Amino acid sequence: MTIESLIWLIPLPPILAFFVIVLFTNRNKTLSHSVAIGAAFLSWLGGMIVFINAIGVHELGKEPFTSSFNWIPTADTWLKIGVLVDPLSAVVLFFVAWTVLMIFIYSAGYNNFGQPKGDHDQPGLQPHGATVEEHGHKHMVPSIEPMYSRFFAFISLFAFGMLTLVLSDNLLTLFVGWEIMGLCSYLLIGFWYAKPSARDAAVKAFMTTRVGDVFMLLGIVYVYSATGTLSFREIFQPQVLHTLATVPTPILGLSAAGLIGLLLFIGTVGKSAQFPLHVWLPDAMEGPTPVSAMIHAATMVSAGVYMVIRMFPLISLDPRTMTIVAFIGAFTALFAATIAVAQNDIKKVLAYSTISQLGYMIAALGSGAYVAAAFHLVTHAFFKALLFLGSGSVIHGMEHGVLHTGKHVDAQDMFNMGGLRSKMPITFWTFLIGGFALSGFPVITAGFWSKDEILASTFNGHTAVFVTLAIAAFLTAFYTMRQITLTFLGEPRTEAADNAQETHWTMTLPLVILSIFAIGSGWVGIPEQFPGLGGLIPNWFHEFVGSTLVEIPAAVPFNLVPLLTSLTVALGGLLIGWLVYRNVQTAKEDLLQIPVLKNKWYIDEIYDLIFVKPAYWFAETFVYKFMDKGVIDGSLHLVGKATASIGSTIRNYFDLPVINRFFGDGTSIVIKWIGNKLRPIQSGRIQQYMLVTLLVLLVIAGLLYYLLAMV
Amino acid sequence: MTIPQIIFLIVAAVIIGSAFKVVTSGNLIHAALWLIVTLFGVAVLYAVLDAGFLAVVQVVIYIGAIAILFIFAVMLTRKEMRDRGPQLSSAWWLSAIIAVLTFGGLVRMLQAWSGFSKIPVDLPTGFDAVGLLGTALISPNAFVLPFEVASVLLLAALVGAVYVAFNRK
Amino acid sequence: MVPLSWYLILSAALFSVGLFGVLSRKNAVAILLGIELMLNAVNINLVSFWRYGDVTQMAGQVFAIIVFAVAAAEVAVGLALVISIYRRRNTVIADEIDMMKW
Repeated sequence: MTIESLIWLIPLPPILAFFVIVLFTNRNKTLSHSVAIGAAFLSWLGGMIVFINAIGVHELGKEPFTSSFNWIPTADTWLKIGVLVDPLSAVVLFFVAWTVLMIFIYSAGYNNFGQPKGDHDQPGLQPHGATVEEHGHKHMVPSIEPMYSRFFAFISLFAFGMLTLVLSDNLLTLFVGWEIMGLCSYLLIGFWYAKPSARDAAVKAFMTTRVGDVFMLLGIVYVYSATGTLSFREIFQPQVLHTLATVPTPILGLSAAGLIGLLLFIGTVGKSAQFPLHVWLPDAMEGPTPVSAMIHAATMVSAGVYMVIRMFPLISLDPRTMTIVAFIGAFTALFAATIAVAQNDIKKVLAYSTISQLGYMIAALGSGAYVAAAFHLVTHAFFKALLFLGSGSVIHGMEHGVLHTGKHVDAQDMFNMGGLRSKMPITFWTFLIGGFALSGFPVITAGFWSKDEILASTFNGHTAVFVTLAIAAFLTAFYTMRQITLTFLGEPRTEAADNAQETHWTMTLPLVILSIFAIGSGWVGIPEQFPGLGGLIPNWFHEFVGSTLVEIPAAVPFNLVPLLTSLTVALGGLLIGWLVYRNVQTAKEDLLQIPVLKNKWYIDEIYDLIFVKPAYWFAETFVYKFMDKGVIDGSLHLVGKATASIGSTIRNYFDLPVINRFFGDGTSIVIKWIGNKLRPIQSGRIQQYMLVTLLVLLVIAGLLYYLLAMV
Repeated sequence: MTIPQIIFLIVAAVIIGSAFKVVTSGNLIHAALWLIVTLFGVAVLYAVLDAGFLAVVQVVIYIGAIAILFIFAVMLTRKEMRDRGPQLSSAWWLSAIIAVLTFGGLVRMLQAWSGFSKIPVDLPTGFDAVGLLGTALISPNAFVLPFEVASVLLLAALVGAVYVAFNRK
Repeated sequence: MVPLSWYLILSAALFSVGLFGVLSRKNAVAILLGIELMLNAVNINLVSFWRYGDVTQMAGQVFAIIVFAVAAAEVAVGLALVISIYRRRNTVIADEIDMMKW
């Protein structure tokens, strides 16, 4: 089997798993998760084989693994679809395969596999615990998720979508994977569908990303109509790019390339939750935590950034588009970080953190830092997935405590936690590693290397972006340490926290594995000129991923300023966060609970006012009452009335008098009259009959005689 | 005017005259009796025509049976023995016109026939009309079949008349 | 030498008289009398055609005999009917026997 055939097979196991689970194994929980995890494992295996082969090829960028076939016949050519593994998709495939497998394994534990069925558990609601009797006394234990198989079916479908997107060589199948993931996001955010907030969050996510998707589709259509192809390698031919860069468009004075780039970028704004379409991601935390980890941290939101990185040769042609991209990225990074410092829900902090980090990547791309953005994408996936899974583990531990004590507290509120370091050690250490990676703790965490590279790239020539990102990095370190301090350090603040327990190995094993990557994945990208460590390990990442482009981007010239800035903000933020929050016990003491920040700068309320309420008004009053009932129903009623009146006119003026009376009754009256007149002929008197007969006979005989005689 | 012609005219006058009286006579018995006269005249005519057998048969059957039958019928269908009112219906003039027209038409049509004024051929000596008639009536090559059918007809009429007029008590 | 035409005219006249009687007499029996006259006229015709044609052909006389038989039968049945009607309806006037009207 060739590598190209293997690439085609990689997305196959998850989609088969989806169908098998939906059709056959829905009732059997063990079988369902085995099928799903088995499929994820097969995809992982295929992905690793491809990756190992890919890194062994010299100049993969010039000769990537590719395979395509003709699909739709157009006028004189074919639209081709296929798979492509060049350096960029190879590294993305690497982290997608690992995180997907880890999250699948984690899901088995998160959904409480092996636990008894809950007392009042219904499909559609979160599991609420089962009462078991042990050693004579009853207590509550976590119960198994009623919709266990459904969860695995959906995440399998999602894995299929992501793998399709990563491995595709054209915008069409990329968009297909994009939309499949959008669907799964909807299904999984609204997984506990009996909860109204979950349903609303699902709808919000779908609609917001849809806004972005519409523009992205316009971009794809524009690409097709301008170039006649959707295949990446054909679009990135120098002549094609040159044509697109020189054709002007009437919008904002952008060239065709710039407009296409902007339209595609808007899709990313929606999918990767950048300002102004970021509003769905925090609400998406309604879904189960593995969903948050996979979809909203590691893979789906990364797909948006991946798409921008992929289309970089096109987007980079127009400086105005690049400016817009950089601006939105930097602004989002800072904006989300400011909101994150005022959040109390452990998952919401991580959600805003994700938005902020994606903003980093986008800002890097807008500044032309291709390799840095890709690097941060890879490392972020690992440590963000780690952090989310870790938060899920914390929540599970807290739930255990809640069930044990019988006191119902919000298991996700950080101010109910505390001191979990001793209760949940594995979770604590892995979360710490993830948190340090996020903050950019020097040298030993992956986040340091990727964040440093971004800061270094933006330092030359994009000073505004550099400053914004530096401030955002400080806030990131600060709120991360706040989170760690409130959750794990100090003393337990509630009984539930006091009774928390470490979680099952299916949950802690993925944490450990991901933390290894959170530490080690940065070391493949150490810049050559780094003092001390630079040059010991070649900057493999730069060479490898950089070769995706036609010209390998030049390595960023080393400058001490970004390095020092990065060290300062990271360590400083961590330190200050620890100092402030080690003494804060309740929300009231937290000085940063500023309403504006806590309420996300009131963006949701503004959108409600500008978009949602007018839409409702439009639908209710204008379309429904006026158009639908008034105009359309009214005209139908009018037609009905007109037809009825025409019918009755015809009936009363034509049918009854003419047809019924004149023709119908008239005929019978005439015939009756004739009959009456003819009646006396038949008198019953024989002699009269004979007279008439003979008269007629004489007449006929006479006629015949005279006529024949004449002849 | 030869003798046969004179004889013929006298007989013809008798026949027509009595026929006229038959149809106009008020008294039905009189009418029946006038019918007998007519039938006699017809019998004489047959004899003149050398159809002797038929003349005798006419007298025996028509006069001896049928006319008598008529008289019986008149007797059986009288309420009173007196005659009542005119015996001709109110539209007798129309009937007269029709009769006259019929006569005229018949004569007219016969005149066009070539054999209208034929002269009779003398009968050969020893001509046995009766014998020939008898032979014709029973000869299979001749008219035995109509003869037998006629007898069946008479049987049917006999049965029918009895049945119709049967007085069920 | 009596020409055939005289016999034929006689027969036509007798027939017309009989026809007049049939059409105009009230009494049903009188109608039958008229019918008898007509049948006799026919017979005269037949016999004169026999005599004035080929004498050896007996068809004329045979036909006349058949007519005799038919006349007899018809009178018998007709008078039986009249008697039967007289018993039922107590009348022999043709115009009053009109049950078969319209």
